[in-house]
Amino acid sequence: MSNKRKVVKLTCIVCPIGCEIEVIAENGNIISISGNKCPNGEKYAKEEVFHPKRLAFTVLRCKNGTMPTVAVKTSKPVSKFLIPSIMKYLSNVEVSAPLNVGDVVVQNILDSGADVVVTRSVDLLECNS
Amino acid sequence: MYTYDLIVIGGGASGIAAAIKAKELGVKKVALVDEKSYLGGVLPQCIHSGFGLVYFKEDLTGPEFTEKLVQKAKKLSFDVYSDTFVFKIIYRDYFEKLVYAVSKHGIKKLKTKTIVYSAGCRERSIYEIGVVGSRPSGIFTAGEAQTLMDIYGIMPGKNIVIVGSGDVGLIMARRFALQGANVKAVIEIMPYPGGLTRNIVQCLNDFNIPLLLSHSVLRVIGKDRIEEVEVCKVDESKKCIEDSIFRIKCDTLIISAGLVPRVELLEDLGISIDPLTKSAVVNDRLETSLPGIFVAGNALVVNDLVDYAVEQGEVAAQGASEFVFNNGISAAQWKKIKLNGNIRFFVPQLISGERDVIMYGRVISPEEKVKLEINEIKKEISFFRVRPSEMIRLRLNKDELSSVKTKSLTFSISKRSE
Ligand SMILES: Cc1cc2nc3c(=O)[nH]c(=O)nc-3n(C[C@H](O)[C@H](O)[C@H](O)COP(=O)(O)OP(=O)(O)OC[C@H]3O[C@@H](n4cnc5c(N)ncnc54)[C@H](O)[C@@H]3O)c2cc1C
Ligand code: SF4
Repeated sequence: MSNKRKVVKLTCIVCPIGCEIEVIAENGNIISISGNKCPNGEKYAKEEVFHPKRLAFTVLRCKNGTMPTVAVKTSKPVSKFLIPSIMKYLSNVEVSAPLNVGDVVVQNILDSGADVVVTRSVDLLECNS
Repeated sequence: MYTYDLIVIGGGASGIAAAIKAKELGVKKVALVDEKSYLGGVLPQCIHSGFGLVYFKEDLTGPEFTEKLVQKAKKLSFDVYSDTFVFKIIYRDYFEKLVYAVSKHGIKKLKTKTIVYSAGCRERSIYEIGVVGSRPSGIFTAGEAQTLMDIYGIMPGKNIVIVGSGDVGLIMARRFALQGANVKAVIEIMPYPGGLTRNIVQCLNDFNIPLLLSHSVLRVIGKDRIEEVEVCKVDESKKCIEDSIFRIKCDTLIISAGLVPRVELLEDLGISIDPLTKSAVVNDRLETSLPGIFVAGNALVVNDLVDYAVEQGEVAAQGASEFVFNNGISAAQWKKIKLNGNIRFFVPQLISGERDVIMYGRVISPEEKVKLEINEIKKEISFFRVRPSEMIRLRLNKDELSSVKTKSLTFSISKRSE
């Protein structure tokens, strides 16, 4: 069996210290992780090598609101490779005020397991005629 | 005329925090004035996460941070003047300052004992960074582009060149890329990036956006809309290397070339300005050279973390409450902070030595294995690495300061000998 050895150098993005982490993997199994100053870095490096994940953020068009958009995020990190499709999907979503922080606007988006939730409230625009 | 104990000018994170703290400390009549229709300053447009890890012990987006702060404020009673722009401050005497503001209802004149000035900072424009050529449409500061996209939902353009690799520039590069734009390059005149490494990774590398270090934008080309920029490599003295000039096609140029505290109203009052911070000289209660006028947040120092802006708002509010209750900020003698070695600035510039003080500073250039020394109190702090993009924050407590008999404290940053 051929040993497929992979050495990956990463910068941990969990906190601002930004440790340089080296991951050595063989046949898809991690055999060593070094350079991280704390356990969060190890967890990050494991995921980053095989399944990199990120939170996604954007704004949606919003009708009848005190602001023309509402800010949203995914409720948990999703696969980095899914984010362009999520952004595309969300660019066609329009919502209506009022909306509050934490409201779910799309459930389980593109089967990612994450919901899309509101991060900036919008009130209903009162028409003062 | 309305009479207040405290008027807070600017309703960003530091201003809201100042108003909350002042109320909590028992200051009676407090007002918060902001030119915008919503509170939070720059936060509502920063839709990414990374806010509040220190203050709320949670990783929040900018708007979520604002919401939490505003919820806290709503439990207290103070006057909020939105859509109200302060255009003049007059220092009548020790206990009387006048604040002139304009809103759709006309001009307001408010009287107050103290002021916390928390007006944030402004972005350096294309006119300040030596880019020549025509001035077609399609040139925005990073903050303008962010407001257009994330408040109004308008895309400024499709083919983007960004000037400046500070965190703001990097975050905007990612924002454009996520929204499907083609970010052609981030151009940085220094030989190292201005922002945090984590932002280089998650904002540039994730999207394969090229970072051109030691490069500068020379000229804008375009008639009605920007069409191209002329770029060159620079040498160590930031001079253009003649035969390195090339062009990048784009329809949008984003300027993210630094932030400057917004202190025009304070300058008009004739307060002392520190040329290093380009803002007011302050004491350990963040009081300026005019008694009862305090400065906090990005109007004092450009903060990388909102948590520090909030902290400064609270210190200034503490000062304002002492001023109201004790008729001023006491100190037997103000000690000057002197700087030595790899230090750009430290604030506050004056300390009493009679109470705890939190110092904020920045270095001039990146360096590894350094120490910060304050000889007068025999203090030495080691740093594995210092960078201009990472603010240094340290607390000096009353006990260690009380022994100081000198008129100044000298901060120096130098290489550790090993
Ligand atoms: C793009 C970007 C990304 C950032 N990322 C992070 C991050 O990930 N994590 C983090 O912790 N921090 C981050 N920060 C920093 C943080 O957001 C700021 O330090 C903080 O919000 C500053 O708050 P402030 O109250 O000092 O100023 P501001 O938010 O600027 O508030 C000042 C307010 O004063 C008002 N004002 C000014 N002059 C007047 C006047 N004359 N009359 C009436 N009103 C006036 C302004 O309109 C504004 O609303 C980021 C900042 C930016 C721009
Ligand atoms: S490994 Fe730990 S200390 Fe290092 S950057 Fe990651 S989270 Fe921060």
